[in-house]
Amino acid sequence: MIFSLDKFQEILDTVKKNKLRTFLTCFSVAWGIFILIILLGAGTGLENGVREEFNRDAINSVWIRRGQTSKPYKGLQPGRKIQFTNEDYEELKRSIEGIEYMSSRFYVWGNNNITYKEEYDTFNIISSHPDHQYLENTQLMQGRFINALDVEQYRKVAAIGNQVEAALFKGKPAIGEYIGINGISFKVIGTFTDERDEWQQRLIYLPLSTAQRIFNGRNRVHVISFTTGDVSPEKGAAMEKQAQQILATRHHFDVTDERAVHIGNRWEEYLKYMRLFGGIRIFIWVIGIGTIVAGIVGVSNIMLIAVKERTREIGIRKALGASPWSIIDLILTESILITVLSGYVGLLLGIGVLEVVSNYMPPSTYFRNPEVDWKVALGAFLLLVFAGCLAGFIPARKAAQVKPVQALHDE
Amino acid sequence: MIRIHHLNKTYVTGNTTLHVLKNLELHIQAGELVSIMGSSGSGKSTLLNILGILDSYDTGEYHLDNTLVKDLNETRAAKLRNQLIGFVFQSFNLISFKNAMENVALPLYYQKVNRKERNKRALGYLEKLGLLEWAEHLPNELSGGQQQRVAIARAMVSEPKIILADEPTGALDSQTSYEVISLFQEIQKTGITVIIVTHELDIAERTERIIQLKDGAIVEDQ
Repeated sequence: MIFSLDKFQEILDTVKKNKLRTFLTCFSVAWGIFILIILLGAGTGLENGVREEFNRDAINSVWIRRGQTSKPYKGLQPGRKIQFTNEDYEELKRSIEGIEYMSSRFYVWGNNNITYKEEYDTFNIISSHPDHQYLENTQLMQGRFINALDVEQYRKVAAIGNQVEAALFKGKPAIGEYIGINGISFKVIGTFTDERDEWQQRLIYLPLSTAQRIFNGRNRVHVISFTTGDVSPEKGAAMEKQAQQILATRHHFDVTDERAVHIGNRWEEYLKYMRLFGGIRIFIWVIGIGTIVAGIVGVSNIMLIAVKERTREIGIRKALGASPWSIIDLILTESILITVLSGYVGLLLGIGVLEVVSNYMPPSTYFRNPEVDWKVALGAFLLLVFAGCLAGFIPARKAAQVKPVQALHDE
Repeated sequence: MIRIHHLNKTYVTGNTTLHVLKNLELHIQAGELVSIMGSSGSGKSTLLNILGILDSYDTGEYHLDNTLVKDLNETRAAKLRNQLIGFVFQSFNLISFKNAMENVALPLYYQKVNRKERNKRALGYLEKLGLLEWAEHLPNELSGGQQQRVAIARAMVSEPKIILADEPTGALDSQTSYEVISLFQEIQKTGITVIIVTHELDIAERTERIIQLKDGAIVEDQ
């Protein structure tokens, strides 16, 4: 396939002669690639949206909440409420291998009156271990989060959300100041935010031990959570199962009783979504390639008709000294040129539309940044070149087989 | 220039075998102006196709310009056609979407002559045939005689050794026919061998040598 200006001129001549035919061919190919790009972009947008949604919290975290037994077990009636304690936390931490971060949660229920000098408001309070910061993706703005010493020494310290800070301090520095929580003084040690979760911004975190002692929690905890680190799905599921087993033994319930404790594993959910996206991606490719194939078949078909129309011309060319190869070359180059050029136009249009959508459409929960990987775009382009060859090959071979004698006698 | 010895050609269609050319012997010298005559089915078209390397033959030998033309692959045949032979057809066979100049230049395209040079030479031949002012016209804007002259220019542009004309005047009125024949006579004067297949006696009579073909054999050669 030698590309010369002369050959290009020859092709241009025939293309110019059949403007409508060429336009229709170009359109079907451009349309195919355009649709593929749009579909892929939309798929990525959907995926980005959901991925972003999951990024709110650690993906590989396991959350264990209290429940009520629904199955009788060893003579015990169903309907018992399960209560977690610090001992459960310790036991789980000791027994389960591979835990990365771990924390308990003890909620201080009710409308808590928070005061600072003359300012006051009500906010929610959660007490936890230091690792909680990583479980919730809490982003520190100033100071620090609860640390191990705070928990150990029952310190009366608090980390407050940015909205709490804004409401009480009105822009004045908060770190080191004392706030009143239900009449008890706590020292502010840090401020934090959570961009994607407004509820978090209105929270106050206390050390678990302090809150349990002051707010009459004894050794009770409401939620136990941990992250599984960088493990495989199978290992993660195993860790989750182990936690269930330990709690079932300690609290005497049937291990198959799913309502005794509620174990939520975001990371399994995440994988489920990712599997779904894998499926969607395959689906998109199948449709997209189907559209392109329809385009290719169109090109092939049109080229076949063109060759039939041009039988006589090809016969003349052969009589004048065109070798079979030069005829193949001519037809093949024409179809490759048409598919590649119009495919490129479709590619640009598709990417253009995605750019516009991604720049002017506000990102929503389940859709953001529709984009096409340049590798995918390149792949689609190569697919087109290949398809162009394929689309040209059969007509070209047919053209090369034209016998000049018959073509010329075809009055 | 052309030496044909014991040449046989048969066509097989289904169960019937048609012996088109039978033990043909033919010698044509360089620079001759020859006409081949015969009724339809006499084998004259087949002979022309073999002479033009558009068709193959079964047995015998065909030497063109001292080259044995036998069992050539298509690429080689195309190359020989391009270098040695110019064709003129009854129905002109110009390419409809190319103008006169581009049509004439086409054989040079297959000789890898560049575009500028091609067009220059094409214009030269059109000028010789008095068609310079029609160079930019498409074939359907030309009269039959003009089209045939374009076709002749195209046959000459590659400076072939022989020009094969298949019923070149079949689609023309007699006045134009005579003009076309006199063109061939002039071409012959430049040393090119011209072979015309025709069934019109008055055309054939204007050539130096008439070969009569009947049922695949030469019955008269004068």
